[in-house]
Amino acid sequence: MANQRKDDVVKSDKIVEIVNLTREFEDGVVAVDDISFYVRKGEFITFLGPSGCGKTTTLRMIAGFDKPTKGKILLNGQDISHLPPNKRPINTVFQRYALFPHLNVYDNIAFGLKLKKVKVTYEDKDGKRFEKIEKLSKKEISLKVEKALKMVDLEGFEKRSVSTLSGGQQQRVAIARAIVNEPQILLLDEPLGALDLKMRKDMQLELKEMHKKLGITFIYVTHDQEEALTMSDTIVVMKDGVIQQIGTPTDIYNEPKNSFVADFIGESNIFSGTIVGDKKVRFINHNFDCVDEFEKNEKVDVVVRPEDVTLLDEGKGQVDGKIISSIFKGVHYEMVMLVGKAEIVIQDTIERKVGEKVSLLIKPNDIHIMAKNFSSNKYDGYITKRNTVCFGDGEFECDVTQLYPGSILDEEGYLITAEGDRIDLTDVDVNVEVGLKDIEISDDAEKGGAVGNIISIIYKVDHYQLIVRTDENEEDFVFDTEDTWNENDRVSVIIPKEKIKLSLKQEIKR
Amino acid sequence: MREQKVISRAEYRPDVIAKKSAFRFSRSSLCVPYGLFLALFVVLPLLLIVFYALTDANGTLSFENFIRFFSSPTTITTLIISILLALVTTVICIIIAYPVAYILANSKLNKGGTLLMLFIMPMWINFVLRAMAMKDLLTIIGVFGFNNYLNVVIGMVYDYLPFMILPIYTVLIKMDKSYVEASMDLGASPLKTFTKVTFPLSMPGIASGITMVFMPTMTCYVISDTFGNGLITIIGKLIDEQFTTFQNWNLGSAMAMVLLVIMLVSMWVTGGFKSEETRGTNL
Amino acid sequence: MKKFFQIAYIALILLFIYAPIFTLCLYSFVDSPIVSIQDAFRIGFSFELYKQLFNDQALMTIVWDTLLLALLTAVIATILGTIGAIGIYYSKNKFGKAVSASSRIPVINAEIVTAVALVLLFALVFTESRSYFSMLIGHLVITTPFVVLSVMPKLKQMDANMYEAALDLGASPFGALIKVVLPEILPGILSGFMLAVTLSLDDYIISAYTKPAGFDTISTYVYGAMAKSNANSSLPALRALSAIIFVVIILVVVGKNIYSRRRADK
Repeated sequence: MANQRKDDVVKSDKIVEIVNLTREFEDGVVAVDDISFYVRKGEFITFLGPSGCGKTTTLRMIAGFDKPTKGKILLNGQDISHLPPNKRPINTVFQRYALFPHLNVYDNIAFGLKLKKVKVTYEDKDGKRFEKIEKLSKKEISLKVEKALKMVDLEGFEKRSVSTLSGGQQQRVAIARAIVNEPQILLLDEPLGALDLKMRKDMQLELKEMHKKLGITFIYVTHDQEEALTMSDTIVVMKDGVIQQIGTPTDIYNEPKNSFVADFIGESNIFSGTIVGDKKVRFINHNFDCVDEFEKNEKVDVVVRPEDVTLLDEGKGQVDGKIISSIFKGVHYEMVMLVGKAEIVIQDTIERKVGEKVSLLIKPNDIHIMAKNFSSNKYDGYITKRNTVCFGDGEFECDVTQLYPGSILDEEGYLITAEGDRIDLTDVDVNVEVGLKDIEISDDAEKGGAVGNIISIIYKVDHYQLIVRTDENEEDFVFDTEDTWNENDRVSVIIPKEKIKLSLKQEIKR
Repeated sequence: MREQKVISRAEYRPDVIAKKSAFRFSRSSLCVPYGLFLALFVVLPLLLIVFYALTDANGTLSFENFIRFFSSPTTITTLIISILLALVTTVICIIIAYPVAYILANSKLNKGGTLLMLFIMPMWINFVLRAMAMKDLLTIIGVFGFNNYLNVVIGMVYDYLPFMILPIYTVLIKMDKSYVEASMDLGASPLKTFTKVTFPLSMPGIASGITMVFMPTMTCYVISDTFGNGLITIIGKLIDEQFTTFQNWNLGSAMAMVLLVIMLVSMWVTGGFKSEETRGTNL
Repeated sequence: MKKFFQIAYIALILLFIYAPIFTLCLYSFVDSPIVSIQDAFRIGFSFELYKQLFNDQALMTIVWDTLLLALLTAVIATILGTIGAIGIYYSKNKFGKAVSASSRIPVINAEIVTAVALVLLFALVFTESRSYFSMLIGHLVITTPFVVLSVMPKLKQMDANMYEAALDLGASPFGALIKVVLPEILPGILSGFMLAVTLSLDDYIISAYTKPAGFDTISTYVYGAMAKSNANSSLPALRALSAIIFVVIILVVVGKNIYSRRRADK
């Protein structure tokens, strides 16, 4: 399971526990979809994801501004899902700060303190004890505000109007206003989003420092992966309301659970590969050694970080190719190497000129493999003159009208769109998708569109999953069948016309 | 004073234990008092108008009031005169007000809105007093009585001009100046920029101005009475007579209902239902 | 050249707007039954009309009654309208939308229709059809929607997180409204109040239909006087009243400008 944390934690250590939390908006959009996780006392946890992934909604539910549709939010073991925000020992730093413009810096920070009540037990001289509910004294409030201002380096700003402050200073006031209440948890909703780059970097370090000093739990929301990696103890990567991965920054960076996480966290090259043997994976037409163990012939995603690719002179590495772009990025060069049709991004301190023939080397440790939920065969193809499609080292009959809804073919073989435009599809690049149940094979090499050998037969309870690999470019056809075949049989691949799903790589000009 | 010693001091948080909301103050419930007020004093009275318009003096359902209204040449003439007067006034107001609003919004003359203030200030003088002043001036320079219709139009333009200037000005001043710059940048002449960009974008202001001028000039009989020497009757006066002089509330209600329909149609034409937010804010 | 035309045009329109007012002010110092140039030279400058005005007990009562009604209307309309605007802004349901829609009716409706509709209501539902109460209601109907209209933009401009921030810091929902939302929309409330005062002072038709017998506002009095006199001229004492009103308005405007400029400088 992707959304389970590696480390196990004693129950008492969990300050927040989220159980099957779901938030569905009135318009039917499910912003948060049945997520569960916990937050350890004192940790700096970050929700990371693209906009609309549900991270802010999750935060708002913890703060109490949004009510969950389903599920529970436990704070120290107590369900607080229905507690209004003003009764929660949690404070928030808002994205646009939400400072009160009619109050000065001091009154903004003192706002929460003035509303606070304390229960004081007194003992009079006769030894009688009695309790009183009191407000904080002016002096107490003043001391706390001073302390908070000192914490954010804004001593002497008490009387300033918040509208005269710079973005960075407003940010500090917003933080001071929250931490002065000594919350158990501090929520931060993209608090650095409105600051410029330099200020953001400084504030990142300061926030981290503050977290250490205060010792309270920070729950942070951002879409900036670099920010998340720099500051957090734990990162929760979200997408479409679902948790993709929970882990330490190192875990998330080095061991992404799926291609989304890999792509979102840092730059990465993602290849479709096949396990070809014990700790051997094949991609870009080469068998690489790797460290992860997977079942033979399993289809996998392979992630390689740009900085993990070493460039050598042609012929000296594992795979040869050509540099097609090179950009200086300050510390390193970012280069793109073309291998066959694959473009590989590489970061290196040594520059290789555009057009130079080079060879790449990837160490087994740097090859991150993740299981792919393999549900269909996907190929790059193109349309021929005869309105057939070429892919997987073969040519197949297909229905090109599916590329344009409502289109028809005229007698000359041109496509007529619903709007009446005439399109010549020759040589148009397409994505081809073929389902696992849609492929048949035959002994007769003439019968199908492509020819290859059966390289793998896996028995899966009630059927076999076969892989046919072609000779020329070693393209694989994966499919399910109930018939028995033998490995290394030479067969041709038959795909019914209507089972070939096509989509355009890009809109073609008319 | 008794000597006291503090034994303990802890933050006090009542009912931290989760409980499903019992009665809680909700912000949306705040529209209840205003909603009741509107239902009782705005919606209900209008329903009464509809009821009276569709019944006769005995309270039985009849279209007699409408038949009387539309078959009488006097009422129809009055209606047409009212509409024409209102149209002429509105058009003149737009012609005068647009350049004023445009200059105020674009020139340095109106720095800090001082000049705009000069145009708004007369609105704070009681409008009957304003009408009286204009009538006096016309009398002095000797043009009063020259033509009753002209008198009425001058009076109406005088009283309602600020209501046209303000919404157009509000739209123009809020308009992003980069639209104009973009248009010039794309090669449009200043005149083309005005006709293709500025003017279309200021339509909501004009629409809002029309709704603020057209309806009142059609119905506000104060001005037609004072400037028309009692010889010009507009539809508002007709309703007034039914309610005060003839005491025929059913016929009066039918006339009011005709006005309601005209209002709805003109609203629909000018899209004023949306643009009405441009008014009021700056007065 | 362009600038010259601009200034000339603005000057011309200002002349059109102010000529009648200045004429009236000028003739407030001429004790003559009608406004005419010959009289001005023949009779000459005097404060006679101002004396008449302040000695006319009935007229003074009318002035104070009008002001009192405007203030009372404005206070109630501001409270009702502000609460209503907040309610409309935060309610996303059908009721809120209905309130918002019916709030627009008095703004766009012809005043005479609003007036006769109220006449029907008070005649049928309330025993006394014309009273101070009915007049107050009439004035509230035409002013409160404008208060809503001037408060609404301020609510929309407000940072949506502001209210939540107050809750987050421990304020109750009601407390958050008072301590945070109210100060934020205060400029809108104040301009709504001013607007309500202006509209109430300016009104003739609603007052004419709802006022109790024997009660007059400046509008109804002036209109009645003009209808009665039948002459092509105003009541002399009213010229003095107009001049005073105009001077008061100038003082208020100038004062407000100086105040807001000082605040801006700070």
